[in-house]
Amino acid sequence: MTGSLAAIGAGLAVIGAAIGIGNIGAAAMEAIARQPEAVGDIRANMILMAALVEGAALIAILLSFFV
Amino acid sequence: MLLAFAQQNGGHKGHDHSGHNHSGHNHSGHNHSGHDHSGHDHSGHDHSGHNHGNKGKGASHDGHGHKAGAGHANACGYVHDNSVFNPGKVAFHHISDQNIYSIGPWHFPLPCIPYSTDKGLDFFSSSKFAADTHGTSTKAYKRYVLYEGAMRRIKDSSFPQEQVDIGQHNVFTTSRKDAKGKERAVVNVCYNGKSYECDNKSTADFGLFGGGFTSFYDFSITKNVFTMILIAFLLGLLFISIAKKYKKNPKAAPSGAQGFMETMFVFIQDEVCKPFLGPKWEKYTPFLMALFFFILGLNLFGQVPFFGGSNVTGNLAVTAVLAIFAFFVVNFSGNGDYWKHIFWMPGIPAWVKTVVTPVEFAGVFIKPITLMLRLFGNITAGHMVIVIFVGLIFIFGENGANPTAAWGTSIASMALTLFMMAIELLVAFIQAFVFTILTASYIGASTEEHHAH
Repeated sequence: MTGSLAAIGAGLAVIGAAIGIGNIGAAAMEAIARQPEAVGDIRANMILMAALVEGAALIAILLSFFV
Repeated sequence: MLLAFAQQNGGHKGHDHSGHNHSGHNHSGHNHSGHDHSGHDHSGHDHSGHNHGNKGKGASHDGHGHKAGAGHANACGYVHDNSVFNPGKVAFHHISDQNIYSIGPWHFPLPCIPYSTDKGLDFFSSSKFAADTHGTSTKAYKRYVLYEGAMRRIKDSSFPQEQVDIGQHNVFTTSRKDAKGKERAVVNVCYNGKSYECDNKSTADFGLFGGGFTSFYDFSITKNVFTMILIAFLLGLLFISIAKKYKKNPKAAPSGAQGFMETMFVFIQDEVCKPFLGPKWEKYTPFLMALFFFILGLNLFGQVPFFGGSNVTGNLAVTAVLAIFAFFVVNFSGNGDYWKHIFWMPGIPAWVKTVVTPVEFAGVFIKPITLMLRLFGNITAGHMVIVIFVGLIFIFGENGANPTAAWGTSIASMALTLFMMAIELLVAFIQAFVFTILTASYIGASTEEHHAH
Protein backbone atom coordinates (compact mmCIF):
# COMPACT_ATOMS: atom_id res chain seq x y z
CA MET A 1 0.00 0.00 0.00
CA THR A 2 2.93 2.35 0.48
CA GLY A 3 3.30 2.64 -3.27
CA SER A 4 -0.19 3.96 -3.82
CA LEU A 5 0.11 6.44 -0.95
CA ALA A 6 3.31 7.78 -2.51
CA ALA A 7 1.45 8.20 -5.80
CA ILE A 8 -1.25 10.25 -4.02
CA GLY A 9 1.49 12.39 -2.48
CA ALA A 10 3.05 12.97 -5.88
CA GLY A 11 -0.35 13.93 -7.26
CA LEU A 12 -0.97 16.43 -4.47
CA ALA A 13 2.43 18.00 -5.07
CA VAL A 14 1.61 18.40 -8.74
CA ILE A 15 -1.72 20.10 -7.90
CA GLY A 16 0.13 22.65 -5.79
CA ALA A 17 2.69 23.36 -8.51
CA ALA A 18 -0.02 23.53 -11.17
CA ILE A 19 -1.91 26.23 -9.22
CA GLY A 20 1.33 28.14 -8.74
CA ILE A 21 2.42 27.95 -12.36
CA GLY A 22 -1.12 28.76 -13.51
CA ASN A 23 -1.08 31.92 -11.43
CA ILE A 24 2.33 32.89 -12.81
CA GLY A 25 1.13 32.34 -16.37
CA ALA A 26 -2.08 34.31 -15.81
CA ALA A 27 -0.24 37.21 -14.21
CA ALA A 28 2.36 37.23 -17.00
CA MET A 29 -0.36 37.28 -19.68
CA GLU A 30 -2.06 40.19 -17.94
CA ALA A 31 1.24 42.03 -17.61
CA ILE A 32 2.04 41.51 -21.30
CA ALA A 33 -1.42 42.77 -22.25
CA ARG A 34 -0.90 45.89 -20.15
CA GLN A 35 2.63 46.51 -21.35
CA PRO A 36 3.36 44.69 -24.61
CA GLU A 37 6.74 46.40 -25.02
CA ALA A 38 8.06 44.63 -21.87
CA VAL A 39 7.28 41.17 -23.25
CA GLY A 40 10.92 40.02 -23.23
CA ASP A 41 11.57 40.82 -19.57
CA ILE A 42 8.21 39.42 -18.50
CA ARG A 43 8.74 36.17 -20.36
CA ALA A 44 12.21 35.60 -18.90
CA ASN A 45 10.97 36.28 -15.37
CA MET A 46 7.89 34.11 -15.94
CA ILE A 47 10.08 31.13 -16.90
CA LEU A 48 12.34 31.79 -13.91
CA MET A 49 9.41 31.88 -11.48
CA ALA A 50 7.79 28.81 -13.03
CA ALA A 51 11.09 26.95 -12.67
CA LEU A 52 11.30 27.86 -8.99
CA VAL A 53 7.76 26.64 -8.31
CA GLU A 54 8.46 23.49 -10.31
CA GLY A 55 11.53 22.82 -8.16
CA ALA A 56 9.38 22.44 -5.04
CA ALA A 57 7.06 20.03 -6.84
CA LEU A 58 9.97 17.97 -8.16
CA ILE A 59 11.43 17.58 -4.68
CA ALA A 60 8.04 16.40 -3.41
CA ILE A 61 7.68 13.91 -6.28
CA LEU A 62 11.17 12.52 -5.80
CA LEU A 63 10.66 12.18 -2.06
CA SER A 64 7.44 10.31 -2.74
CA PHE A 65 9.49 7.78 -4.73
CA PHE A 66 12.06 7.17 -2.05
CA VAL A 67 10.13 7.36 1.19
CA MET B 1 15.37 4.90 -28.47
CA LEU B 2 12.23 3.97 -30.30
CA LEU B 3 13.76 1.51 -32.68
CA ALA B 4 15.90 -0.06 -30.00
CA PHE B 5 12.73 -0.43 -28.02
CA ALA B 6 10.72 -1.96 -30.83
CA GLN B 7 13.67 -4.18 -31.59
CA GLN B 8 13.83 -5.51 -28.11
CA ASN B 9 10.24 -6.40 -28.16
CA GLY B 10 10.69 -7.89 -31.56
CA GLY B 11 13.45 -9.87 -29.95
CA HIS B 12 11.08 -10.96 -27.23
CA LYS B 13 8.65 -12.26 -29.77
CA GLY B 14 11.44 -13.97 -31.61
CA HIS B 15 12.40 -15.83 -28.48
CA ASP B 16 8.85 -16.79 -27.86
CA HIS B 17 8.44 -18.31 -31.26
CA SER B 18 11.73 -20.07 -31.51
CA GLY B 19 12.19 -21.57 -28.11
CA HIS B 20 9.26 -20.85 -25.90
CA ASN B 21 6.18 -21.16 -27.98
CA HIS B 22 4.78 -24.46 -27.00
CA SER B 23 2.00 -24.50 -29.52
CA GLY B 24 4.52 -25.43 -32.19
CA HIS B 25 5.98 -28.28 -30.16
CA ASN B 26 4.76 -31.76 -30.21
CA HIS B 27 4.17 -32.44 -26.58
CA SER B 28 3.02 -36.00 -26.88
CA GLY B 29 6.51 -37.41 -26.91
CA HIS B 30 8.07 -35.00 -24.44
CA ASN B 31 9.34 -36.16 -21.18
CA HIS B 32 8.87 -33.28 -18.81
CA SER B 33 10.65 -34.74 -15.87
CA GLY B 34 13.58 -32.48 -16.62
CA HIS B 35 11.32 -29.48 -16.12
CA ASP B 36 9.86 -30.71 -12.91
CA HIS B 37 9.69 -27.71 -10.66
CA SER B 38 9.13 -29.60 -7.48
CA GLY B 39 12.80 -30.16 -6.88
CA HIS B 40 13.69 -26.48 -7.10
CA ASP B 41 13.46 -23.93 -4.42
CA HIS B 42 11.11 -21.26 -5.66
CA SER B 43 10.78 -19.35 -2.45
CA GLY B 44 12.88 -16.47 -3.65
CA HIS B 45 11.52 -16.32 -7.18
CA ASP B 46 8.76 -14.18 -8.40
CA HIS B 47 6.38 -16.30 -10.36
CA SER B 48 3.37 -14.07 -9.88
CA GLY B 49 3.67 -12.64 -13.37
CA HIS B 50 3.10 -15.89 -15.19
CA ASN B 51 0.56 -15.70 -17.90
CA HIS B 52 0.67 -17.39 -21.22
CA GLY B 53 -1.09 -14.58 -22.99
CA ASN B 54 -3.04 -17.17 -24.90
CA LYS B 55 -5.46 -19.26 -23.01
CA GLY B 56 -5.59 -21.99 -25.60
CA LYS B 57 -1.89 -22.66 -25.19
CA GLY B 58 -2.24 -22.74 -21.44
CA ALA B 59 -4.90 -25.38 -21.69
CA SER B 60 -2.74 -27.56 -23.90
CA HIS B 61 0.07 -27.26 -21.36
CA ASP B 62 -2.17 -28.45 -18.58
CA GLY B 63 -2.98 -31.50 -20.63
CA HIS B 64 0.68 -32.38 -20.61
CA GLY B 65 1.16 -32.15 -16.94
CA HIS B 66 2.92 -28.76 -16.83
CA LYS B 67 2.70 -26.93 -13.57
CA ALA B 68 1.55 -23.32 -13.21
CA GLY B 69 4.82 -21.77 -14.32
CA ALA B 70 5.09 -23.60 -17.60
CA GLY B 71 8.04 -22.52 -19.70
CA HIS B 72 11.65 -23.53 -19.98
CA ALA B 73 13.22 -23.36 -16.59
CA ASN B 74 16.99 -23.11 -16.51
CA ALA B 75 19.11 -25.26 -14.26
CA CYS B 76 18.53 -22.88 -11.36
CA GLY B 77 14.76 -23.07 -11.65
CA TYR B 78 14.32 -19.66 -13.27
CA VAL B 79 11.67 -19.54 -15.98
CA HIS B 80 12.31 -17.08 -18.77
CA ASP B 81 8.91 -15.69 -19.60
CA ASN B 82 8.25 -12.92 -22.09
CA SER B 83 4.51 -13.36 -22.41
CA VAL B 84 3.85 -10.54 -19.95
CA PHE B 85 4.82 -7.02 -20.91
CA ASN B 86 6.13 -5.05 -17.98
CA PRO B 87 6.06 -1.37 -19.01
CA GLY B 88 7.72 -0.05 -15.85
CA LYS B 89 10.70 -2.35 -16.21
CA VAL B 90 11.08 -1.58 -19.91
CA ALA B 91 10.87 2.18 -19.28
CA PHE B 92 13.53 2.08 -16.57
CA HIS B 93 15.73 -0.13 -18.71
CA HIS B 94 15.57 2.39 -21.53
CA ILE B 95 16.42 5.46 -19.49
CA SER B 96 19.31 3.85 -17.66
CA ASP B 97 22.97 3.89 -18.58
CA GLN B 98 24.45 0.93 -20.45
CA ASN B 99 27.79 -0.60 -21.37
CA ILE B 100 26.63 -1.08 -24.96
CA TYR B 101 26.00 1.57 -27.57
CA SER B 102 23.08 0.80 -29.88
CA ILE B 103 22.44 2.51 -33.17
CA GLY B 104 19.23 1.09 -34.58
CA PRO B 105 19.60 -2.69 -34.74
CA TRP B 106 23.38 -2.61 -34.33
CA HIS B 107 25.06 -2.92 -30.98
CA PHE B 108 28.57 -1.64 -30.43
CA PRO B 109 30.74 -2.71 -27.53
CA LEU B 110 32.19 -0.05 -25.24
CA PRO B 111 35.26 -0.23 -23.01
CA CYS B 112 34.63 -1.57 -19.52
CA ILE B 113 36.93 -0.27 -16.79
CA PRO B 114 35.94 -1.78 -13.47
CA TYR B 115 38.03 -1.36 -10.34
CA SER B 116 37.56 -3.94 -7.63
CA THR B 117 39.06 -3.75 -4.18
CA ASP B 118 40.54 -7.26 -4.43
CA LYS B 119 41.53 -7.57 -8.11
CA GLY B 120 42.44 -3.98 -8.95
CA LEU B 121 41.80 -2.23 -12.24
CA ASP B 122 40.62 -4.13 -15.29
CA PHE B 123 40.24 -2.99 -18.84
CA PHE B 124 38.32 -4.94 -21.48
CA SER B 125 35.68 -4.53 -24.16
CA SER B 126 32.04 -5.26 -23.38
CA SER B 127 32.08 -7.62 -26.40
CA LYS B 128 33.62 -10.14 -23.97
CA PHE B 129 30.12 -10.58 -22.54
CA ALA B 130 28.61 -11.59 -25.92
CA ALA B 131 25.40 -9.84 -24.94
CA ASP B 132 22.05 -10.78 -26.47
CA THR B 133 19.54 -8.26 -27.85
CA HIS B 134 18.54 -7.22 -24.32
CA GLY B 135 22.11 -6.40 -23.39
CA THR B 136 22.23 -9.39 -21.06
CA SER B 137 25.44 -11.36 -21.22
CA THR B 138 25.71 -14.93 -22.39
CA LYS B 139 29.29 -15.05 -21.13
CA ALA B 140 30.91 -13.99 -17.89
CA TYR B 141 34.36 -12.40 -17.83
CA LYS B 142 36.51 -11.88 -14.74
CA ARG B 143 33.43 -12.48 -12.58
CA TYR B 144 31.60 -9.64 -14.33
CA VAL B 145 28.36 -10.07 -16.21
CA LEU B 146 26.10 -7.71 -18.11
CA TYR B 147 22.47 -7.52 -17.08
CA GLU B 148 20.21 -5.36 -19.30
CA GLY B 149 23.21 -3.41 -20.46
CA ALA B 150 24.70 -2.67 -17.05
CA MET B 151 27.77 -4.37 -15.63
CA ARG B 152 27.49 -6.37 -12.42
CA ARG B 153 29.97 -8.39 -10.40
CA ILE B 154 29.39 -11.87 -9.06
CA LYS B 155 29.85 -11.79 -5.30
CA ASP B 156 31.20 -15.32 -4.92
CA SER B 157 34.99 -15.27 -5.39
CA SER B 158 35.01 -18.99 -6.30
CA PHE B 159 33.42 -18.12 -9.66
CA PRO B 160 35.97 -18.63 -12.47
CA GLN B 161 37.99 -15.55 -13.43
CA GLU B 162 38.37 -16.39 -17.11
CA GLN B 163 35.71 -15.94 -19.76
CA VAL B 164 33.06 -18.63 -19.26
CA ASP B 165 29.98 -19.45 -21.28
CA ILE B 166 26.81 -19.12 -19.24
CA GLY B 167 24.30 -19.25 -22.09
CA GLN B 168 21.09 -17.36 -22.80
CA HIS B 169 18.64 -16.32 -20.08
CA ASN B 170 20.99 -17.39 -17.33
CA VAL B 171 21.36 -13.92 -15.84
CA PHE B 172 18.07 -13.13 -14.17
CA THR B 173 16.48 -11.23 -11.32
CA THR B 174 14.75 -12.53 -8.28
CA SER B 175 13.22 -10.45 -5.54
CA ARG B 176 14.10 -10.57 -1.92
CA LYS B 177 13.04 -8.64 1.14
CA ASP B 178 15.75 -6.49 2.64
CA ALA B 179 16.23 -5.67 6.33
CA LYS B 180 13.50 -3.02 6.20
CA GLY B 181 11.02 -5.43 4.60
CA LYS B 182 11.20 -3.66 1.23
CA GLU B 183 11.26 -5.78 -1.93
CA ARG B 184 14.66 -5.60 -3.60
CA ALA B 185 15.61 -7.03 -6.95
CA VAL B 186 18.70 -9.22 -6.90
CA VAL B 187 20.49 -10.23 -10.08
CA ASN B 188 21.61 -13.86 -10.20
CA VAL B 189 23.78 -15.80 -12.57
CA CYS B 190 23.12 -19.46 -13.24
CA TYR B 191 26.33 -21.30 -14.05
CA ASN B 192 26.82 -25.07 -14.01
CA GLY B 193 23.50 -25.51 -12.26
CA LYS B 194 24.43 -23.23 -9.41
CA SER B 195 22.98 -19.80 -8.74
CA TYR B 196 25.45 -17.00 -7.97
CA GLU B 197 24.29 -13.68 -6.58
CA CYS B 198 25.55 -10.43 -8.08
CA ASP B 199 26.48 -7.16 -6.48
CA ASN B 200 24.36 -4.10 -7.21
CA LYS B 201 25.15 -1.75 -10.03
CA SER B 202 28.06 0.49 -9.19
CA THR B 203 26.59 3.94 -8.65
CA ALA B 204 27.38 6.83 -6.37
CA ASP B 205 23.75 7.62 -5.54
CA PHE B 206 23.74 5.98 -2.10
CA GLY B 207 21.53 3.20 -3.44
CA LEU B 208 18.60 5.50 -4.25
CA PHE B 209 18.17 3.86 -7.63
CA GLY B 210 18.93 0.33 -6.58
CA GLY B 211 22.68 0.73 -6.86
CA GLY B 212 25.00 1.85 -4.16
CA PHE B 213 28.54 1.42 -2.94
CA THR B 214 29.68 -1.99 -4.04
CA SER B 215 32.73 -4.26 -4.05
CA PHE B 216 33.63 -2.81 -7.45
CA TYR B 217 33.64 0.67 -8.95
CA ASP B 218 32.63 1.11 -12.53
CA PHE B 219 34.74 3.67 -14.40
CA SER B 220 33.64 2.35 -17.78
CA ILE B 221 33.13 4.49 -20.84
CA THR B 222 29.41 3.81 -20.79
CA LYS B 223 26.83 5.03 -23.27
CA ASN B 224 26.35 8.25 -21.29
CA VAL B 225 30.06 8.90 -20.90
CA PHE B 226 30.61 8.27 -24.60
CA THR B 227 27.77 10.65 -25.48
CA MET B 228 29.17 13.36 -23.22
CA ILE B 229 32.61 13.05 -24.81
CA LEU B 230 31.03 13.12 -28.26
CA ILE B 231 28.96 16.24 -27.49
CA ALA B 232 31.89 18.03 -25.87
CA PHE B 233 34.00 17.22 -28.92
CA LEU B 234 31.31 18.37 -31.38
CA LEU B 235 30.67 21.61 -29.45
CA GLY B 236 34.41 22.27 -29.29
CA LEU B 237 34.74 21.73 -33.03
CA LEU B 238 31.75 23.97 -33.77
CA PHE B 239 32.80 26.82 -31.51
CA ILE B 240 36.46 26.77 -32.52
CA SER B 241 35.53 26.93 -36.19
CA ILE B 242 33.09 29.78 -35.52
CA ALA B 243 35.64 31.64 -33.40
CA LYS B 244 38.17 31.35 -36.23
CA LYS B 245 35.65 32.87 -38.63
CA TYR B 246 35.21 35.90 -36.36
CA LYS B 247 38.95 36.29 -35.99
CA LYS B 248 39.58 36.12 -39.72
CA ASN B 249 36.83 38.47 -40.76
CA PRO B 250 35.13 40.22 -37.82
CA LYS B 251 33.07 42.58 -39.95
CA ALA B 252 31.47 39.93 -42.21
CA ALA B 253 27.84 38.92 -41.78
CA PRO B 254 27.54 35.53 -40.02
CA SER B 255 26.92 32.59 -42.30
CA GLY B 256 25.79 28.99 -41.87
CA ALA B 257 26.06 27.55 -38.37
CA GLN B 258 27.62 30.82 -37.28
CA GLY B 259 24.30 32.62 -37.62
CA PHE B 260 22.43 29.97 -35.66
CA MET B 261 24.93 29.86 -32.83
CA GLU B 262 25.32 33.63 -32.69
CA THR B 263 21.58 34.05 -32.18
CA MET B 264 21.61 31.73 -29.17
CA PHE B 265 24.87 33.11 -27.82
CA VAL B 266 23.67 36.71 -27.97
CA PHE B 267 20.32 35.69 -26.48
CA ILE B 268 21.98 34.15 -23.42
CA GLN B 269 24.39 37.06 -23.16
CA ASP B 270 21.66 39.71 -23.30
CA GLU B 271 18.84 37.91 -21.47
CA VAL B 272 20.81 36.01 -18.84
CA CYS B 273 24.32 37.31 -18.28
CA LYS B 274 23.90 41.09 -18.49
CA PRO B 275 20.68 41.54 -16.46
CA PHE B 276 21.54 39.06 -13.69
CA LEU B 277 25.26 39.49 -13.20
CA GLY B 278 25.54 43.27 -13.23
CA PRO B 279 28.83 44.98 -14.12
CA LYS B 280 30.95 41.81 -13.72
CA TRP B 281 28.98 39.80 -16.27
CA GLU B 282 31.95 39.12 -18.52
CA LYS B 283 33.73 37.12 -15.83
CA TYR B 284 30.98 34.49 -15.58
CA THR B 285 29.82 34.40 -19.19
CA PRO B 286 32.14 31.53 -20.28
CA PHE B 287 30.87 29.31 -17.46
CA LEU B 288 27.22 30.06 -18.20
CA MET B 289 27.69 29.56 -21.94
CA ALA B 290 29.43 26.24 -21.34
CA LEU B 291 26.55 25.15 -19.09
CA PHE B 292 23.90 26.22 -21.57
CA PHE B 293 25.38 24.71 -24.69
CA PHE B 294 26.49 21.49 -22.99
CA ILE B 295 23.04 20.89 -21.49
CA LEU B 296 21.31 21.91 -24.70
CA GLY B 297 23.54 19.65 -26.78
CA LEU B 298 22.91 16.66 -24.51
CA ASN B 299 19.16 17.37 -24.31
CA LEU B 300 18.86 17.55 -28.09
CA PHE B 301 21.08 14.52 -28.67
CA GLY B 302 18.88 12.52 -26.31
CA GLN B 303 15.93 13.37 -28.56
CA VAL B 304 17.48 11.73 -31.60
CA PRO B 305 15.62 8.45 -32.11
CA PHE B 306 17.43 5.22 -33.04
CA PHE B 307 20.77 6.70 -32.05
CA GLY B 308 21.69 5.20 -28.74
CA GLY B 309 18.73 6.74 -26.95
CA SER B 310 21.10 8.54 -24.66
CA ASN B 311 19.46 9.94 -21.58
CA VAL B 312 22.46 11.84 -20.28
CA THR B 313 20.82 14.91 -18.74
CA GLY B 314 18.21 12.53 -17.34
CA ASN B 315 20.92 10.89 -15.29
CA LEU B 316 21.06 12.10 -11.71
CA ALA B 317 24.85 11.81 -11.49
CA VAL B 318 25.35 14.06 -14.52
CA THR B 319 22.95 16.75 -13.31
CA ALA B 320 24.47 16.46 -9.82
CA VAL B 321 27.94 17.24 -11.17
CA LEU B 322 26.59 20.21 -13.13
CA ALA B 323 24.83 21.45 -9.99
CA ILE B 324 27.99 20.98 -7.92
CA PHE B 325 29.88 23.17 -10.39
CA ALA B 326 27.17 25.80 -10.02
CA PHE B 327 27.35 25.44 -6.22
CA PHE B 328 31.12 26.01 -6.15
CA VAL B 329 31.01 28.95 -8.53
CA VAL B 330 28.19 30.61 -6.55
CA ASN B 331 29.80 30.13 -3.15
CA PHE B 332 33.41 30.80 -4.08
CA SER B 333 32.47 34.05 -5.79
CA GLY B 334 30.19 35.03 -2.91
CA ASN B 335 31.29 38.28 -1.27
CA GLY B 336 31.07 39.36 2.37
CA ASP B 337 27.56 40.71 1.93
CA TYR B 338 26.36 37.34 0.66
CA TRP B 339 27.65 35.48 3.70
CA LYS B 340 26.44 38.21 6.03
CA HIS B 341 22.94 37.89 4.61
CA ILE B 342 23.02 34.15 5.20
CA PHE B 343 24.41 34.05 8.73
CA TRP B 344 23.38 37.40 10.19
CA MET B 345 20.72 39.08 8.08
CA PRO B 346 20.99 42.82 8.73
CA GLY B 347 17.97 44.96 9.47
CA ILE B 348 15.79 42.44 11.29
CA PRO B 349 15.30 41.80 15.02
CA ALA B 350 17.63 39.29 16.65
CA TRP B 351 14.93 36.70 17.44
CA VAL B 352 13.89 36.61 13.79
CA LYS B 353 17.50 35.93 12.87
CA THR B 354 17.38 32.65 14.77
CA VAL B 355 14.71 31.51 12.30
CA VAL B 356 16.11 33.16 9.17
CA THR B 357 19.70 31.92 9.54
CA PRO B 358 18.92 28.16 9.40
CA VAL B 359 16.55 28.70 6.49
CA GLU B 360 19.10 30.77 4.58
CA PHE B 361 21.83 28.25 5.34
CA ALA B 362 19.67 25.37 4.10
CA GLY B 363 18.95 27.45 1.01
CA VAL B 364 22.65 27.38 0.10
CA PHE B 365 22.33 23.61 -0.44
CA ILE B 366 18.72 23.47 -1.58
CA LYS B 367 19.46 25.73 -4.55
CA PRO B 368 21.89 23.31 -6.28
CA ILE B 369 19.71 20.35 -5.27
CA THR B 370 16.70 21.85 -7.06
CA LEU B 371 18.91 22.61 -10.07
CA MET B 372 19.92 18.96 -10.15
CA LEU B 373 16.41 17.58 -9.69
CA ARG B 374 14.72 19.95 -12.13
CA LEU B 375 16.86 19.00 -15.09
CA PHE B 376 16.88 15.31 -14.17
CA GLY B 377 13.11 15.20 -13.61
CA ASN B 378 12.13 17.03 -16.77
CA ILE B 379 14.34 15.07 -19.13
CA THR B 380 13.65 11.69 -17.53
CA ALA B 381 9.91 12.34 -17.56
CA GLY B 382 10.06 13.18 -21.27
CA HIS B 383 11.94 10.00 -22.15
CA MET B 384 9.67 7.94 -19.93
CA VAL B 385 6.46 9.27 -21.49
CA ILE B 386 7.73 8.42 -24.98
CA VAL B 387 8.65 4.88 -23.91
CA ILE B 388 5.24 4.44 -22.30
CA PHE B 389 3.46 5.68 -25.44
CA VAL B 390 5.36 3.12 -27.49
CA GLY B 391 4.70 0.56 -24.76
CA LEU B 392 0.96 1.08 -25.25
CA ILE B 393 1.32 -0.84 -28.52
CA PHE B 394 2.51 -3.88 -26.63
CA ILE B 395 -0.02 -3.47 -23.84
CA PHE B 396 -3.02 -3.27 -26.19
CA GLY B 397 -1.51 -5.76 -28.61
CA GLU B 398 -1.15 -8.15 -25.68
CA ASN B 399 2.54 -8.50 -26.47
CA GLY B 400 2.07 -9.96 -29.93
CA ALA B 401 -1.06 -12.02 -29.28
CA ASN B 402 -3.34 -9.42 -30.82
CA PRO B 403 -1.66 -7.92 -33.90
CA THR B 404 -4.76 -6.01 -35.07
CA ALA B 405 -4.96 -4.05 -31.83
CA ALA B 406 -1.20 -3.53 -31.95
CA TRP B 407 -1.37 -2.00 -35.44
CA GLY B 408 -4.34 0.15 -34.46
CA THR B 409 -2.64 1.39 -31.32
CA SER B 410 0.62 2.01 -33.14
CA ILE B 411 -1.06 4.71 -35.26
CA ALA B 412 -2.37 6.55 -32.21
CA SER B 413 0.86 5.93 -30.36
CA MET B 414 2.93 7.28 -33.23
CA ALA B 415 0.90 10.48 -33.32
CA LEU B 416 1.19 10.89 -29.55
CA THR B 417 4.93 10.19 -29.64
CA LEU B 418 5.44 12.73 -32.39
CA PHE B 419 3.49 15.30 -30.38
CA MET B 420 5.47 14.47 -27.27
CA MET B 421 8.76 14.77 -29.13
CA ALA B 422 7.77 18.22 -30.37
CA ILE B 423 7.10 19.24 -26.76
CA GLU B 424 10.37 17.65 -25.66
CA LEU B 425 12.21 19.75 -28.24
CA LEU B 426 10.78 22.81 -26.50
CA VAL B 427 11.63 21.36 -23.08
CA ALA B 428 15.21 20.72 -24.20
CA PHE B 429 15.66 24.45 -24.85
CA ILE B 430 13.66 25.63 -21.83
CA GLN B 431 15.50 23.40 -19.36
CA ALA B 432 18.92 24.40 -20.67
CA PHE B 433 17.81 28.03 -20.44
CA VAL B 434 16.32 27.61 -16.95
CA PHE B 435 19.44 25.92 -15.60
CA THR B 436 21.56 28.76 -16.96
CA ILE B 437 19.27 31.59 -15.85
CA LEU B 438 18.95 30.17 -12.32
CA THR B 439 22.69 29.70 -12.01
CA ALA B 440 23.14 33.26 -13.24
CA SER B 441 20.64 34.58 -10.71
CA TYR B 442 22.35 32.71 -7.87
CA ILE B 443 25.74 34.04 -8.93
CA GLY B 444 24.22 37.50 -9.28
CA ALA B 445 22.79 37.31 -5.76
CA SER B 446 26.12 36.20 -4.29
CA THR B 447 28.22 38.87 -5.99
CA GLU B 448 25.82 41.82 -5.69
CA GLU B 449 27.23 44.86 -3.91
CA HIS B 450 25.01 46.24 -1.16
CA HIS B 451 25.56 49.90 -0.50
CA ALA B 452 22.77 51.13 1.74
CA HIS B 453 20.81 49.56 4.57
